[in-house]
Amino acid sequence: MEYSRAKALQLGVTLLTCAFLLVPALQSVLAGVTRNYFIGISSGFTLRWIAEVWELYAHSIMLSIGIAFACLVSTLVIGVPAAYGLARNPGWFSRVLEEFISLPLAVPGLALALALLQLYGSVKGFRTSWTFVLVGHVLYTLPFMVRSVLAVLSVMDLKTLEEGAASLGATSWRRFWDIVVPNAMPGILAGALTVVTLSIGEFNLTWMLHTPYLKTLPVGLADSYASMRLEIASAYTLIFFIIIVPLLMAMQWASQRAQRIAA
Amino acid sequence: MRSSTFVRLCLLPLFVFTSAFLALPLARLILSSGSGEAGWGIYQQILTTPRYTTALVQTVLLSLAVTAAALAISTTAGLFLARNRFRGRGFILSVLTLPLAFPGVVIGFLIILLGGRQGLFAQLTDGKVVFAYSMLGLFLGYIYFSIPRVLLTVMAATEKLDPNLEEAARSLGASSAQVVRDVILPGLAPSLVAAGAIAFATAMGAFGTAFTLATNIDVLPMVIYTEFTLSANIAMASALSIILGFVTWLLLVFARGFSGSSAAAGG
Repeated sequence: MEYSRAKALQLGVTLLTCAFLLVPALQSVLAGVTRNYFIGISSGFTLRWIAEVWELYAHSIMLSIGIAFACLVSTLVIGVPAAYGLARNPGWFSRVLEEFISLPLAVPGLALALALLQLYGSVKGFRTSWTFVLVGHVLYTLPFMVRSVLAVLSVMDLKTLEEGAASLGATSWRRFWDIVVPNAMPGILAGALTVVTLSIGEFNLTWMLHTPYLKTLPVGLADSYASMRLEIASAYTLIFFIIIVPLLMAMQWASQRAQRIAA
Repeated sequence: MRSSTFVRLCLLPLFVFTSAFLALPLARLILSSGSGEAGWGIYQQILTTPRYTTALVQTVLLSLAVTAAALAISTTAGLFLARNRFRGRGFILSVLTLPLAFPGVVIGFLIILLGGRQGLFAQLTDGKVVFAYSMLGLFLGYIYFSIPRVLLTVMAATEKLDPNLEEAARSLGASSAQVVRDVILPGLAPSLVAAGAIAFATAMGAFGTAFTLATNIDVLPMVIYTEFTLSANIAMASALSIILGFVTWLLLVFARGFSGSSAAAGG
């Protein structure tokens, strides 16, 4: 009896929490396709708000997708070789370097943005270009890529694999391409999905680094929350959900897969 | 090319990027904090100016409350989901973990949909219940993004607990409450401490949610933002950022000492 009461309480808390997370998200989905939210669903459904969002914010959405892609390329080029370097060279230098590049996970984006702004804010061509926002995104997502790849690489016996290949005459470059990259693939995939998901949703750094001509998707969202009618803000949020939710699910799937390999 | 040279070359892009866009900017941030009228005395000034001390205390108290609530909720739900198999479990699990990478601004908007002037509660109560822009709204928003993080940590830790210990305790006559208190919670303790530290650090630094909801509430990230944009008090904004960054970093290092991973993303 007591046992089942405890269970009922646990179930209650779980369901209540679910409702707390789900209800407002559903509200925003509904409000985004309802003709008039204050009258309610009885006013009928419409795609008008979605169309208006597209007209107002299509460039923000495209900019975010472009930056996420550039961010992915940058973190791959910097992060994958770096993870290999750290895995092959375990020592105090690697530990300090890994700890240092992980700082953006701990230090709030606002603080990092203030630091970047003060050092590079007066470099005109850079400050006003999209690459300035990109730098912020790479800074924030790079540790996820490095750690994800490093986790997979550090359970492999890289040394033996590479010695085998080297004895057959493979150069360092060939060994990296033919042995390290294919073996690290689950970590690279998990890292890549994490990087894209986080870059598309990044607000804290971007809000400080952006210029009026470079509004990313989340910056546009903040803008619509402050100045547009509720239906438009909701429709925009709905579009954001449609982009981000599949990415998040893929990211969770890939991360669990990589973790199983690294465990 | 020798193998060790190649390995070093692999680290080069990371080294260059991190020096240019992390090390140098942070060094500059530290220098600017001391370049105001007060010099390095600015840190003392923070501790003696009521506006800043109030914001510090308020942010710490809010973050503590959020941490406690998120731990209580997520441990209850996490234990339940880890120990029971039923239809709809997968759905509940995805609802509880999906908000993991929602930006703070979106979470702020969701709280407005619940507790704003035209929100769900206002509609149900004829406009009497409006809480989105108060401390309560901020508290709920912070809980919203803390739950998935804590839940994932708790569930991972629960799966490593030995169910035989609970069986043994039960067969010896322990009640459910006793099993939770004497067997499960002690087993989960290291993960709970780690998850709590992560939740606390994320709440301290949350900017997006505060930006949408806390127009009238002085939490630390909002104070930094106003000092920088409205007052153009660069030195003070830098000094407060350094304090905030140092505290959150220290907490996450501490958290990692208790469990292997730290998954913090901005709120």
